[in-house]
Amino acid sequence: MKQFLTFVRKEFYHVFRDKKTLLMLFGLPIVQIVLFGFALTNEIKNSKIVICDYAKDEATQQIINKIEASQNFDIQKTLFSHRQIEEAFKAGNIKLAIIFPANFNNDLSHLHQAQVQIIADASDPNTANTLTNYATAIIMDYQQELMKNNVVPFRIVPEIRMLYNPELKGATNFVPGVMALVLMLVCVMMTSVSIVREKENGTMEVLLVSPFNPFLVIIAKAIPYLLLSIVNLSVILILSVTLLDMPINGSISLLFAESILLIITALSLGLLISNVAQSQQAAMLISLMGMLVPTMLFTGFMFPIENMPVPLQVICNIIPAKWYYTIVKSIMIKGLGFSAIWKETLVLFGMTVFLLVVSFKKFKTRLV
Amino acid sequence: MADVELHNIVKTYNKGKVKAVNDVSFSVNEGELFGLIGADGAGKTSIFRILTTLLLPDSGNASVSGFDVIKDYKNIRSSVGYMPGKFSLYQDLSVEENLNFFASVFNTSVKENYDLIKDIYVQIEPFKDRRAGKLSGGMKQKLALCCALIHRPKVLFLDEPTTGVDTVSRKEFWEMLKRLKQQGITILVSTPYMDEATLCERIALIQNGKILSIDTPDEIVKQFPENLFAVKANDMSKLLNDLRKNNEIKTCNAFGEFHHITFQNDNENSHNELIHILQKANHQNIELKHITPSIEDCFIKLMN
Amino acid sequence: MTNETVIKTDKLTKRFGDFIATNEITFEVYAGEIFGFLGANGAGKTTAMKMLCGLSTPSSGNATIAGFDIYKQTEEIKKNIGYMSQKFSLYEDLTVLENIQFFGGIYGLTDKQLKAKSNQLIETLGMQNEAKKLVASLPLGWKQKLAFSVAILHEPKIVFLDEPTGGVDPIVRRQFWDLIYSAADRGITIFVTTHYMDEAEYCNRVSMMVDGVIKALDTPDNLKKQFSASSMDDVFFELARGAKRKAD
Repeated sequence: MKQFLTFVRKEFYHVFRDKKTLLMLFGLPIVQIVLFGFALTNEIKNSKIVICDYAKDEATQQIINKIEASQNFDIQKTLFSHRQIEEAFKAGNIKLAIIFPANFNNDLSHLHQAQVQIIADASDPNTANTLTNYATAIIMDYQQELMKNNVVPFRIVPEIRMLYNPELKGATNFVPGVMALVLMLVCVMMTSVSIVREKENGTMEVLLVSPFNPFLVIIAKAIPYLLLSIVNLSVILILSVTLLDMPINGSISLLFAESILLIITALSLGLLISNVAQSQQAAMLISLMGMLVPTMLFTGFMFPIENMPVPLQVICNIIPAKWYYTIVKSIMIKGLGFSAIWKETLVLFGMTVFLLVVSFKKFKTRLV
Repeated sequence: MADVELHNIVKTYNKGKVKAVNDVSFSVNEGELFGLIGADGAGKTSIFRILTTLLLPDSGNASVSGFDVIKDYKNIRSSVGYMPGKFSLYQDLSVEENLNFFASVFNTSVKENYDLIKDIYVQIEPFKDRRAGKLSGGMKQKLALCCALIHRPKVLFLDEPTTGVDTVSRKEFWEMLKRLKQQGITILVSTPYMDEATLCERIALIQNGKILSIDTPDEIVKQFPENLFAVKANDMSKLLNDLRKNNEIKTCNAFGEFHHITFQNDNENSHNELIHILQKANHQNIELKHITPSIEDCFIKLMN
Repeated sequence: MTNETVIKTDKLTKRFGDFIATNEITFEVYAGEIFGFLGANGAGKTTAMKMLCGLSTPSSGNATIAGFDIYKQTEEIKKNIGYMSQKFSLYEDLTVLENIQFFGGIYGLTDKQLKAKSNQLIETLGMQNEAKKLVASLPLGWKQKLAFSVAILHEPKIVFLDEPTGGVDPIVRRQFWDLIYSAADRGITIFVTTHYMDEAEYCNRVSMMVDGVIKALDTPDNLKKQFSASSMDDVFFELARGAKRKAD
């Protein structure tokens, strides 16, 4: 046991003496959060929209005034028929259309319920989603004002249609994606590089020719990265809660437990890579190409999986980060408990066991 | 008793295309200082890796301290010390941290075996807080030796410990090995420097994966089949060319200050004749003398 | 050998912070000379060599290489020197011929010159059968010989050799020195470092560096007389034994 602890201590020396890597380790999640949080999903201003008002009554005029007053929208035209709307979208540069049906005010005051249709160009799903939210907020605001002056409850039901990408899933909540990305990247790359470095330095030879159990070498190597990743995870969570108002609706301990599961998956993947790679560069390249890219593409946080062709959807299923991403979303956003995510957890667990077994089997107790 | 034994060891790479070790057999006695002498690519490292259980031989068998290198590899790993050719320390750890680390990897402490490494360690102790990567070649080598010795191994494998190290450090290093030998440790060392061969008790000369000769350095020198002469004159470059053109000269090799030659017909007459010819070719201060061959002479002879 | 000076240094110094790697070294190397540049590990040889090749700027002092100033004319210097080290010499994944053509091309040889040169070189080295093989597949000795030939392909005034014979077998080592001699005969100045003391004997003059300064510089014979030593090995030992800078 003392042996093992010495080994772990040695690994920590390596980590803390390599200032550049350390900076990258902790800089990476912060940069990503800031990047995704502010630069990439910033508030959208002066979006060009069209309005099609069949009602032309007092209520619609008031809503249109509100929209006009908003900094988010820039009303290009007021149209008179659906056909024109489609043309406007096709001509490009129109992001959103708001359609008030005839008798809007009538319905509102007599039936206490009116409908408004919002059509968005969802080829850019992030923008579409944000814009519809803005529009809905304005309409709800108007509804609130009406309610103040009236005893009878009113309801305006916005009917939202996403053009070109009707389901519009994923994409909005990037934090779970960033978490998956950072954990995969740090664990896979760092373990594989640090094992290969020992090969390159010739120290692996000396370690192999010692009574020290080679598996302990690997486990000792994994521990610092496990701890670092947990710190990293906490940093991401704190940043997203404080800076980005991200909710954590579910249990934090469940979230950490699931994260540790993913970390172990990643560590065993890193181990597997280190068996193949002969140089640190090779290890880094395989980790980047083999982990970073698929994690970005196939977890669903950048591109919705539902829109992919079937073969790609199958590929998504073998990406561990995809399952983790689903789990994190369920815990953080939906606030679900373990009973709701046990299936995903089981898949991830299976993957981990599989990878661990393969990498331990493949681990060479001799040189090539 | 033989501490290290190899029988008909063969090792190939690239699916048999490259024969690194070709039917090598030898044994090293307990407490012996045994040298494996050969150039880079001769197969020295492969042999070392097979003996330290890092590589599996294609065929043949080998044992260290009575343990088979394939079956009993775990026993070997806990009883031998190994210093690979490449710098094998953690560059980002200090001298002391490296030593402590390797001590605990071998389940021991620096204190326990300090007497064994004391002589060597005192030389690097002033730099114990320095990172290993910042040490000079000679110092790194001493630290690596300390790390390989820290668990008091029965057999010590040193793969080219003196490569790229200057003569002074090399001499010091060999002094250390002699003292270790007195402690009863069997030492197997490889080197490309022929002049180091005489410092071993027995040597194996190796070239292209094949053993050329195994014996004590003295015996190998004795087996040199001809009389060897050293020639010297003012213009050594011209002398070398003239000697090569001369049909009476069988072999001719530059050896620093002198050229070493052997004659086709080795007698007084041919010696005088040579001096005469060289004088006629305008060589000045000609010196010809009979000499004892060095290991390098023997090696060149065996290579041909 | 003429008395034309091709390397001339005057109090050449390189400092790294407080550490003086080379300390006011002053020496001259003549055209066509084989100059042995010896010293213990860490004596400052590599640092000095880097400055002479124009790879590193001196902290103080002056030097001219092939008549060019070491501060202002590094590009000119690079055109007039060849360099070969034990570590990097050739591209392993290119063939013999491709390596020759690549390095020849770098030094601006014309296609015609290149063709003539490479044929001649391959013939001299007896590598006709290996010309189209990858360098990686050659034995170390051949690689080293090829690397040297490539380093002097553009007929430089000076060639710097950093431990060119480390680890090669005794026969190849001698063949290598044959190549050095014939290059020197053609008037190329050879500046060489080595750990083999018998090779020091092959040099016209030898300098011994200890702790960043040149402690001795003379012909091997004179050095042996000066230190009443029987071999260059003893001379080296006598000088380097007192070195203080072992750990650096």
